Formats: sequence, structure tokens, C-alpha cells
Amino acid sequence: MSITNLLENWSDFRQQHPSDDRPHREYKWAMSIDLDSCTGCNACSVACYAENNLPVVGKVKFSHGHSHHWIRIERYWDNDGREFADQGAQFLPMLCQHCESAPCETVCPVGATNHTADGLNSQVYNRCVGSRYCNANCPYKVRYFNWYDYPTTDNVWPEPMNQQLNPDVTVRGKGVMEKCTFCVQRLTVAKSNARTEGRLVLDGEVQTACQQVCPTGAITFGNLVDPLAKVGKQWMTQQVELNKDKQAKNEAEEAAKLRGYRILEELRTYPSVMYLEQLRESAI
Amino acid sequence: MEKDIREDIAWAQINKDVLKSLESPRRLYWVILLIALAMISVAVGCEIYQYTTGMGVSNKNNSHVWSLYIATFIFWIGMSHSGTLLSAILHLMHADWRKPIYRFAEAMTTFSLMTAGLFVMVHLGRLWQVYYVMPYPNERWVWPNFQSPLVWDMFAIATYLSSSVLFLYVGMIPDLAICRDNIHAGWRKKLYTVMSLGWEGTDRQWRNFRVTYLTIACFLIPLAVSVHSIVASDFAMSNMPGWHVTSFPPYFVAGALYSGCAAIITLFIILRYVFRFEEYMTLPIMKKLVRLTFAIAMVWTYLNLIEFASVWYGHDQTAKDQLIFKATGPYAPFFWAMIFFGSILPLMLAFKRFQTHLPILFVVSILLNVGMWLERWMIISPSFAHGHYPWTWDHDQWPSLVQWGIVFGSFGWFTLLFMVFCKVFPSVSMYEVKEMVYHRSLALKHKPAVKGDY
Repeated sequence: MSITNLLENWSDFRQQHPSDDRPHREYKWAMSIDLDSCTGCNACSVACYAENNLPVVGKVKFSHGHSHHWIRIERYWDNDGREFADQGAQFLPMLCQHCESAPCETVCPVGATNHTADGLNSQVYNRCVGSRYCNANCPYKVRYFNWYDYPTTDNVWPEPMNQQLNPDVTVRGKGVMEKCTFCVQRLTVAKSNARTEGRLVLDGEVQTACQQVCPTGAITFGNLVDPLAKVGKQWMTQQVELNKDKQAKNEAEEAAKLRGYRILEELRTYPSVMYLEQLRESAI
Repeated sequence: MEKDIREDIAWAQINKDVLKSLESPRRLYWVILLIALAMISVAVGCEIYQYTTGMGVSNKNNSHVWSLYIATFIFWIGMSHSGTLLSAILHLMHADWRKPIYRFAEAMTTFSLMTAGLFVMVHLGRLWQVYYVMPYPNERWVWPNFQSPLVWDMFAIATYLSSSVLFLYVGMIPDLAICRDNIHAGWRKKLYTVMSLGWEGTDRQWRNFRVTYLTIACFLIPLAVSVHSIVASDFAMSNMPGWHVTSFPPYFVAGALYSGCAAIITLFIILRYVFRFEEYMTLPIMKKLVRLTFAIAMVWTYLNLIEFASVWYGHDQTAKDQLIFKATGPYAPFFWAMIFFGSILPLMLAFKRFQTHLPILFVVSILLNVGMWLERWMIISPSFAHGHYPWTWDHDQWPSLVQWGIVFGSFGWFTLLFMVFCKVFPSVSMYEVKEMVYHRSLALKHKPAVKGDY
């Protein structure tokens, strides 16, 4: 190996995407969210609360910034010169992007957050010691820390909400970090059922809670490895590739209608969530 | 130019003066000890509250997850570099003016590290599982994540603490022998007899001692540099704007040496007054120490300017916005206070008038350390309040009383440890002062101490 060879190999290695030499074989879960369809109704957020046993922290704690919504609707206002302030609202559902090159995974001192074989960023609650370095390093700040022991706090699941708790999901005590898991409990069941039948999970067979409840169908979730999956087709049409940090979109006629992008891509996190930009009035 | 130390001090006098500091303490000592214990109990109370209720009582929130605990942790690690600088680095440079003052500086290092270690635990959400960070064989076959800078911190600090304790202890052996030989019977004599390991002061023992001391000193210097560089990499290895800066390792090391020197000045003035060490901790030595602090302050200022300059000419818009936010946002008063205490105030140390004026130096050295503490806080909080993502903006957060209580109590813990040390062990290194006096008296007579040494 000569010096030039070494330098080239090193350069390739540094620019290589994490899954280039370990491609996802059966499953790579990904999502796409159509911001044009999103009405900001917050049904996804509520469904996530219901599905994943999220505690309702209450007004006081929420105003202190102890919000605990794994998927949050962010509101951006574009209301210069509008008659009503609410007219220019844009909504962005932000959830864990399940980055292929997740900045949170490398910095956890105990290895409580890792990448699974099917492309999810996993959080192991019982390993977490609560150093909060993962949240510090997450550029999207989609990780939520259990600032208090919510399961033993009053009014976290006021009657009769405690009757709808999901038995498939653990509750987390104080001092543990948590975030969106792409409803891993549903994925596990679906994969297990599919395996019993000797096949892979079909597109649409498993839905995340947020996808299931969205009234406009803005959220599409599926397996990128499956050629028939809707989400894969969307990614391909939008010319967004998982393994690139700068998408080289074809400057053809369709370029104007290519709305797909990933957030903070330049930080080279390689997120698994693609957003479809809202069609602005000026663009129509 | 006044002499660093009088050449005609009798060796028996040195023993007597230093051993006098080990006598039963006067009332003020007990008062201050009680105050330190009160401070510690405040911290313990706050920590118990936090442990049982949850980290939320510290007022940290979901995009602002680190605050004073990490800042104070880094502050204490920084202060620990004082001892290494004085004992090890100046030893290699044959700067013998360090001899009367390095013992308490080395003690300061050890106790700062012990205090910093506490903050690591206080900061964790589940501190009862802190041992997960250590690589111990377990039935789950799980090791800590060696990629994480926090794990490197754990290794670095554990190594540094154990080496510093070893260095302090080994350096004290001849002194402990002097204590053993000159103290009346009692628990002290037993303690010193055990700890001095049968030191007789023979030629062979001195030769071995010198080699051992030098070896540990040479080992400790790169360790000190690497410890604070690793602590800096907690920030430099992340991607937060304002943290992802390559100059952080040297910047933190310079800041550490700076806080250490300022703390040495403070303790120098206190010990000199309390134990009447005017003959040993002389004003010319103070002058040299002050000049050293000034030099390090200028190095720190330079590295700070480099950080600002690299943001200014860099392409990272977020980093630029971050810096402007630091200077003009809600944390601006603390940022400018840091600049004032860290860069402007030390300029007065360049003037001869202030270099030996002890009351002013006492106040200034404390303010310099305040500036350095603010520096650590200003690295942490503004980056959380203005990150990459717009949702994080305007998330400024102020620490709760629980955090302030624990930070406040840590000073009490340090004071307690240091005060117990000063009354049990000699805070001036007797044998080294004797060496210094001897060398100075030979230099006076223009005689070389050893062959070929002029």
C-alpha cells in the first residue's frame, strides 16, 4: 500500500456512508412527511402519546420546557403583510430522524443508544444512566429526558386515560432518555408475524401510530429496501438518497416540483425522514 | 531585586516553623471548618432532593440539558492543573522558587479532582448506575461505549487522580519522616511513622527518591495536558455550534493553568497569613507567581481571540449567529463579565505596584477564578439556547437554587479537605526549602552545588 493509496482509501473511508459496506438487507425503515398535506392538527402527537405511554406533564412543566412529545408539531409563521396572523402558519412534525450516522449514538457513554439492523436508532432504557450527552449532540433536539418520575406523579394519566396504556411498551422512570422509536413494538410484532408465514412485512401491513391517525395521510412509513413500498417510491421520485449528504437532483423539468428534502443534511447525519416541502402560494 | 528566600535560615528553624503549623488549631479554624460543613450540608440536601425527585428540579429542560454541573466539573478539573504546573513543570525547568509553595498546590490538585469527580455523579440522571461507565466484566457482556468522550473522561480523570495522589504522597515522604522524628507521641506520630515508610535519609534512599520523583513528574505533565484536552473534547467532538471548535483542547488547558495559578495566589495569601510563613512564602516568590499568572492570562486571551476569529472568517453561519448570541443575547452580561475578569482584569498584574500588594491580589485572584468559572458556563449554556435547529432558539434557561446550592457546597467540600490537609500534613515542603536555602547560600559564596553546576 503506497502513500497515495493510503490517502485515497482514507478519503473514501471518511466520505463513505455508514451503510455502504453494510447495506440493509431486509428492512430499512424510513418515513416521508408531506408538509403540504399537514394541517397541524396534532393528531399524530396525540396518537404517539397514546401508543407509547407518554406522560402528560401538565401546563406548568411544559412551560418550563419539560415537554415530552416524541413527535412535535412546530409552527413557523410566514405572516408578513397578512390580514390575520394565523394565515401564514406552516407546520412541521418533527420526530426522531433515525439518522444513519446518528450523532447521539457515538456519544452515549454507556452505549444505551445504538443502530439496529433494520435501520432504527434504538434507545435502551435500562442501560441509560442519564448523562444527556445524546440530547446535547442531537441537532434536531428530538430526544426527551425524564426529568421526573412520571409514572408515580399525579395526573400524568388522569382517569380514565390510565386505562388506555399500551401493555407492549414499558414506562420509563426518572433519569432516562427516550425518543420516537418508529413504534418498534408494532414493527416487532409485524416482523414476527411475517416470519411465521415465511415472508417479509408487506407495505402497509405495519403502520406507526402517527401515520395511522393522520387525517390527511401526510405521513408515509415503510421499508426502503422493499421495491414495492410507497415510501421508497416517494424517495426515488424526489431523488433523495439515503446515503448522500448533498442530493444531486436532476435539473430536469421535474426539478421545480421536486419538494423532497431532509433537514440539516449538511451535518451529515443521513436522516431516515424525508420532508416534502409545502407548496408556497408564490410557487403555484 | 529582593531574595526569594533568606540564605541564612537554619534548618532546625525551618522544621520548627513548618511543624508549628501542625499544632492544635485556634478557634478561627474550627469556625471556618463549621462553615465548610454547613456548605456541604446545603449541597447534600439539594442533592438528596434532586436524587429523590428527579433532575427536573435543577431547572434544566429539554433542549437545554447541561448546565452548572458540567460547568463546575470542568472548573474543578481546571483548578487541578495548578499542582501539576507548579510541582511537575516548574520542577523540570529547575525553577526552585516553586519549592515553598508547591506542596499545598499539589494538595489543591488532588482535592479539586476529588470535587470534580462528585460533579460527574451529581450530573447523571441515574447516578446509582454510574458504574456502567466503567469497564467491568459483567454477565451481560456489555462494555461502555469507548467512542464516547465521557468514557475517555472517566479514564483520564481516574488516571490523573491516582497519579496526583501518588505524586503528592511520594513527594511528602521525607517530610513525613521529619514530622515523625519531631512530633510528640500520639495518633500523629503513629500516622507519620506508618506513612513515612521507614525513611532514614540515607544516600541510597535519596537517590532512589530523586529518580522516582522525576519519573512521576515527567509522567504527570503529559497526563495533565491530556486530561483537560479530553475534557475539552466532550465539547469539541460534538456538533453543537460554539462547541465544535478545534482549538478547544489547548484553550481549555490554558484556562485550567490560568485558574490553577489564580487559586494558588489565593491560597498562598491565606496560608502565609494564617501560618505566619512570611519567611518561606516570600513576596519575591509571589511576584514570580503573579507574573506567571499574567502570562497564562494572556495566552488564554489569545486563544479566546483565536476562537472568535475562526468563527468570524469561517463559513459556518450557525457558529457566527451563536457567537453574536453569546455576546448580545440573554447571557450577555455573564459573557462580558467573563471577558472582563479573564482578559482585562489581569492586565493590572503587569504593573509592579500590584504584584506584591497582597490584599489586592487576594481579591483579584478570586475574581479571576470567577471569570474562569463564568467561561465554563458561557461555553455550555449559550450553545443550548441557540443551536442548529430553530426550535431550540430562545430556550434560555437559568439554573435553579438546587444547582446553585450544589455548586456552592462543592467549595465547602474543597475547603474541608484542604483544611484537614493543612493541619495533618506539612503544607510547606521542608526538605525542598532546605535544598533551596542551601543552593542559595552556595550561590552567594559563588560555589557550585555539584561539580560542573554554575
